[in-house]
Amino acid sequence: MDFIGGKLLQVVIAVAAFAAVIGIIMLLVDRAPKSIKDKVTVAGFLAPAAILMLVGLVYPAVQTSIFAFTDAKGQGNGVDNFVWMFTQPAALVTLRNTVIWTVLVPLLSTSIGLAYAVFIDKARGERALKALVFMPMAISFVGAGIIWKLVYDYRGPGIEQTGVLNFLRVALGLDPKQFLLDAPENTVFLIIVMVWIQTGFAMVILSAAIKGVPVELVEAARLDGANPWQQFRNVTIPGIRGSLVVVLTTITIATLKVFDIVRTMTAGNYDTSVIANEMYTQAFRAGEPGRGAALALVLFLLVLPIVVYNARVLRKQREIR
Amino acid sequence: MTATPAPKEAAKAAGTARRARTSDPAEDAQPIMRRVKTKLTSKWATSAAILIAVVWSVPTFGLFVSSFRPAAKQIGPRSDGWWNAFTDWDFTFKNYVDVTVSAGSQSPNLSQYFVNSIAIVIPVTIFVLVLASMAAYIFAWGKFRGRDGLFIFVFALQIIPLQMSLIPLLQLFTQVLHLPPGSYAQLWIAHTMFGLPLGIFLLHNFISEIPGEVIEAARVDGAGHSTIFWRIILPLSVPALASLAIFQFLWVWNDLLVALVFSGGTADVAPITQRLAEISGTRGSRDYLNPAAAFVSIIIPLLVFFGLQRYFVRGLLSGGLKG
Repeated sequence: MDFIGGKLLQVVIAVAAFAAVIGIIMLLVDRAPKSIKDKVTVAGFLAPAAILMLVGLVYPAVQTSIFAFTDAKGQGNGVDNFVWMFTQPAALVTLRNTVIWTVLVPLLSTSIGLAYAVFIDKARGERALKALVFMPMAISFVGAGIIWKLVYDYRGPGIEQTGVLNFLRVALGLDPKQFLLDAPENTVFLIIVMVWIQTGFAMVILSAAIKGVPVELVEAARLDGANPWQQFRNVTIPGIRGSLVVVLTTITIATLKVFDIVRTMTAGNYDTSVIANEMYTQAFRAGEPGRGAALALVLFLLVLPIVVYNARVLRKQREIR
Repeated sequence: MTATPAPKEAAKAAGTARRARTSDPAEDAQPIMRRVKTKLTSKWATSAAILIAVVWSVPTFGLFVSSFRPAAKQIGPRSDGWWNAFTDWDFTFKNYVDVTVSAGSQSPNLSQYFVNSIAIVIPVTIFVLVLASMAAYIFAWGKFRGRDGLFIFVFALQIIPLQMSLIPLLQLFTQVLHLPPGSYAQLWIAHTMFGLPLGIFLLHNFISEIPGEVIEAARVDGAGHSTIFWRIILPLSVPALASLAIFQFLWVWNDLLVALVFSGGTADVAPITQRLAEISGTRGSRDYLNPAAAFVSIIIPLLVFFGLQRYFVRGLLSGGLKG
């Protein structure tokens, strides 16, 4: 167990060095002359994060945008990469799958999460019931991959099945199915894994939002003779609209970037690839960084409207304040 | 990270209040028919909820049972589904010993990678929390030109696909900064960079809703920005900080991509997810170890998660998430 000592020491040194840097910044902010104090404060508080984001995200993003217009040798090739993306059958399958993912995952996760949150609201054992659905959030995609491979496990007909789903299929008199191999429905079976992970997130946020809806409003609706469904539609939904938008946005962005599930379960084979996975394949495996970059750029453009929308909501909130 | 009893009691009190409110006279005055209807729908709702809960838990439960089943029951001609374990009572701890502490080149040796994961995740969480809260504070309460535009730009940074940051960043680390290979430094810095945009965004939502009077009062008393930040903002932001800490912890612990690129893949640095991906990727006679290995890798996140989950929502919600 002596390997722990050295590792621990590295951690302690890193944290101490970090604390020293922050300490110096705070000292500078406090001791700055009055005339430039405000500027020093802004700089001191913002600079460390700003520098890290510039180096780690902005500069690479600019690089990527330039890469997108180059070929495998780094020579400029105009829009060839984009033409490839929208004409090659394999690339088109990737785009199609990405669209299916981004439509289905947020929709399913949010609606199941919302239904669950409503159903268990004020139920006995609410916390435990929440924890069960929330738990997959804590599990890595790699771990989820292993879990779901176990669920989707396939053996030839006539042999005892070890996967739950095929066991049930056989029990119902159906043939066992190769869930991960048969296109196009295998994409749906991968999507189920992502829905399994994200639903808990939607459920917890929405559940808290539901509890934030004023009880008086619900009571008033009930006294007016609204049935539970009407109460839900006309009082609860408007009351949690803001949270719904945040949940849908967050899950959509996470879905667009999903990589590990596809990577660990099918590696993008059998027509299951998505943009984020194809990007990795092209850039790191196929020696086509230009194509990878072009895919990244398209991904960025796909998310842009979502961000613009959220930015507008943000701005509105700031005006209110 | 131990739980204090106070919030639990507060939650309990709130629960009682809620229950008291639902059984008020208005409900009793309902016509009997409607009451029956409500009961019925709630019965359906309860069944649906239980169905969802079961579907969501069974996969993990299956993994858990499998992880204690002997090799021959998991792979090979005598293997069967994990649910047979209940009729054919046969459990073993051997898988766990094999994946964690067994010596030998064939052993997954997860304990070493486990320590790596901890050594990676703790500094990153601290770095992100401190740097993000500093920036969030200035975005919320500092005054400088272009503040709002810059903040929205930071928000937008969340969508930059990590995949494309990797090559430029790797070149920078090794060729410009000469960070030592096979140390944690590359992983710490990379994870911190990637964690900042969402961290700033979440904390900003929370910090900007702290009443302005509190900060004004401190300022009148002569407190500078750094005093206000450490003495007022951070203590008041504990729920938000805790929820961000959970998020950050889970991401970094569960990450595979960043680790693949920056760790160099050695037992000195690589995290447990990377090892897990390695051993689960090679289908073969040692497949029976996968469930135990997977369980070792998810035990810490599950503990962190269940231990701190009550902060999670409070911190997330008291920001801009309200409609």
